[in-house]
Amino acid sequence: MSTQGLPSPGRRRFLIAAGAAGAAFGFAAAADAAVSLGPFAGAPAFEPTLWYAIDAQGIVTVNVVRAEMGQHVGTALARIVADELEADWDKVRIVHVDTDPKWGLMVTGGSWSVWQSYPMLSQAGAAGRMALIESGAKILGVPASSCIARKGAVFAGKRSVSYGDIVAAGGLRGGFTDKELAALPIKPASERRLIGGEFQARDIPAKTDGSAVFGLDAKMAGMVYARPVIPPTRNESKVISVDESGARGVPGYRGHLVLDDPSGTVPGWVVALGDSFIAADRAVRALKVTWENGSTAKVSDADLEARGRALIADAAAGSLVVNDPGVDAAFAGAKSQLEAEYTTDAALHFQMEPLNALAFERNGLFEIHTGNQWQSLILPTLAKALGRPETRIVMKTYLLGGGFGRRLNGDYAVPAALASKALGKPVKLVFTREDDTLFDSFRSPSVQRVRMAFGEGGRVTAMDHAAAAGWPTEVMAPFFMPKGANDRPYDPFAINGANHWYSVGTHRVRALSNDLANRAFRPGWLRSVGPGWTNWAVESAMDEAAHATGQDPLAFRLKMLDGAGRNAGIAPSSVGGAKRQAAVLSRVAKAAGWGGKLPAGVGLGLATSFGQDRDMPTWTACAARVRVDRKTGEVKVEKLHLVVDAGAIIHPDGALAQVEGAALWGLSLALHEGATFRDGRIQETNLGAYTPLRMSDVPDLEIDFVDSDHAPVGLGEPATTVVGPAIGNAIFNAVGARVRCLPIRPEAVLAALKSA
Amino acid sequence: MAKFRVNGRQVEASGPDDAPLLWVLRDELGLTGTKFGCGVGQCGACTVHVGGQAVRSCLTPVSAVEGLEITTIEGLGAGGIHPVQAAWVEAQAPQCGYCQSGQIMQAAALLSANPNPSDAEIEVAMNGNLCRCMAYVRIRKAVKLAAAKPRRKAAVRPAEVRS
Repeated sequence: MSTQGLPSPGRRRFLIAAGAAGAAFGFAAAADAAVSLGPFAGAPAFEPTLWYAIDAQGIVTVNVVRAEMGQHVGTALARIVADELEADWDKVRIVHVDTDPKWGLMVTGGSWSVWQSYPMLSQAGAAGRMALIESGAKILGVPASSCIARKGAVFAGKRSVSYGDIVAAGGLRGGFTDKELAALPIKPASERRLIGGEFQARDIPAKTDGSAVFGLDAKMAGMVYARPVIPPTRNESKVISVDESGARGVPGYRGHLVLDDPSGTVPGWVVALGDSFIAADRAVRALKVTWENGSTAKVSDADLEARGRALIADAAAGSLVVNDPGVDAAFAGAKSQLEAEYTTDAALHFQMEPLNALAFERNGLFEIHTGNQWQSLILPTLAKALGRPETRIVMKTYLLGGGFGRRLNGDYAVPAALASKALGKPVKLVFTREDDTLFDSFRSPSVQRVRMAFGEGGRVTAMDHAAAAGWPTEVMAPFFMPKGANDRPYDPFAINGANHWYSVGTHRVRALSNDLANRAFRPGWLRSVGPGWTNWAVESAMDEAAHATGQDPLAFRLKMLDGAGRNAGIAPSSVGGAKRQAAVLSRVAKAAGWGGKLPAGVGLGLATSFGQDRDMPTWTACAARVRVDRKTGEVKVEKLHLVVDAGAIIHPDGALAQVEGAALWGLSLALHEGATFRDGRIQETNLGAYTPLRMSDVPDLEIDFVDSDHAPVGLGEPATTVVGPAIGNAIFNAVGARVRCLPIRPEAVLAALKSA
Repeated sequence: MAKFRVNGRQVEASGPDDAPLLWVLRDELGLTGTKFGCGVGQCGACTVHVGGQAVRSCLTPVSAVEGLEITTIEGLGAGGIHPVQAAWVEAQAPQCGYCQSGQIMQAAALLSANPNPSDAEIEVAMNGNLCRCMAYVRIRKAVKLAAAKPRRKAAVRPAEVRS
């Protein structure tokens, strides 16, 4: 795996700097891009940086390296450029670019897009504005200092010249160096004209009339359809034989391929080929493949859980992510202690658009047409699979029919590429829903143990948290793993959340890679990743600790969110630190009526989160009001309140949509999802068995954003991880039943009621 | 070789009679606005109108629509923008957008049969349409907006019909 151009762990800011290196590259072949939103642009004439160009008609084309998967990211990023550039929004065009080394790292995940891009795109916009004012002033025959830029034109009093005319006149200054760009000031909040207002997302109209083009819609003349025969195990299957006698009678059947994969991405894979998807689909049903499966064909949830427990029990195992001195001494001297185990079951991505990819060779380049979130991760793998350099492969990114982290792992592109290479023709590989589920890199089941030590008055003196799960980053991107205090690497995405902002005296966090999980399946990054389980443990334990020491769960938390020491925060991204987390928690509690009287069987529960990463905290708090049926154990969520402090908000309506969706994802994961891993594979392969939340399950939602001018951070994920623990805590407050497994099933509530 | 009408055009399917209508629309007729989600009629992404009724095209054999009139998302506006589509934009309902063709077709069928649905009626009609982005709050809002809109004869731009 090539690590060139990749960030050192924990220094993600570099991602964008790598992309900004050298501002004088040529213009992208935008007319060729899979996704382009807005007016047609002519030949670019002015490119002050890599990130946008302006033509003689004044059309501003913004190059977006992030994938559009429902977050309206192109709109948000183009708005940032346009604001500093003082562009006319009606003349802004958005292009989601093809892969090219000049863009640097291409990844859409981690809720990073706005946070990472904001400073860089703002400065890029400012550079263009300065150059346009300089040239515009000459045209107007006045000093630049007497000019301002507004809505795509430079003004000197009442006289003006449009950006298009300035560009047409030529002679604009370009080629800003990184140093010059980084030194440019960003406008104060009071001068923002396009950021933070009310505006519509550019990608939406095409999503209402059938004209939006997703990966599944990509076509190429002469393409052959393919459907995979998914092997019994993800990593250890080998094809022994293929009997195609039954498939030969399928109309349109064009044979099958046993894939030979030098990259090792799809071991044991067979694809059936057909003139149509129907033919390939029916051929798969008729093919008889026998495999040698490997030992993981016998692995089930209980084995994964047992392995997780064994790792936790071995004090010498794992990586020490937080390792304050004196943890064991604090427990030895504690007045009282609490210890609890929390588990989470597997969870599927179940993005609506099943995986697919179109691959073919054209003009010496191998083209991969698909929806993808991390092109830079899969390109080296594709290069290995195809036996050609990365520079001879290009990925065209279509709209994603859901990402949620599934398409960070581009493994599905590999079999399409291999089949096309073997066949010498364009191949359109389409997974059925069942294929997609069986090949999902789902969220690993997890086991966690949390211990807390208490001193006088129930003060927390120590916290010890161990978390075991499959590690997506270890399996797919090990170069992304930093090292813990004991010099062992860990998957930051699988443990984030445990390194919280509460002041708990002395703190230890131990991250454990479940090696059996890593072999038995391919653990994936699923919306929020680690905080999906770590925050379940942290926020459930906080409530348990409050109740065990006779304290109010709100007051208990607020006391520890004191912003002391390392929890003070650092400018710009985490300025204010834990005090901002305390503020959102207080506000949500007040909004939800914390402390008020509730009917029998109804409870209010709180939970909070700092989002995805201490480097980029999105301060989030939730109050869930639930009604519990003591007879059946059924839990009905009546209302969710959320308060979010994400700094300055670029696209308020888009931000609200993200929090609405993320909160309902959290609810769905808490009460409606959860998958079974048995005999080496997921058992719930389609709807009916796997049941994400539907419209009738939607509770009242009340979402508030903190009005803020702080650095904008991420919004796609954080609200996902507060809802589960808020519901668990509400169940306890309603009926005294403590549940410790996600999803929360009625049987677990009944069992907890019995032991309450 | 089923013959039927799609968005006002006469067409003939060339594949097997038991081929799902969904794939005939997408791969033979080039109408890719109708989406494949689950293949078992439980997500609603493939919803089209057959004789004005919302139908799951992934489970409908093409032979079953012989002689019938099909409307897909591309033809819903019939030369303009349907009020449901306008409401979807106004409510900024779509996130990834993949399920939305089906959601819109389902909602249009609902409103054509019941122009003023209650919350409960909206829920019953729309519950079979899964939105994995969980944009349900806005989908519900958009259905209500569409219900409140006067039926207008908008011909903002022609719908794209390819075959």
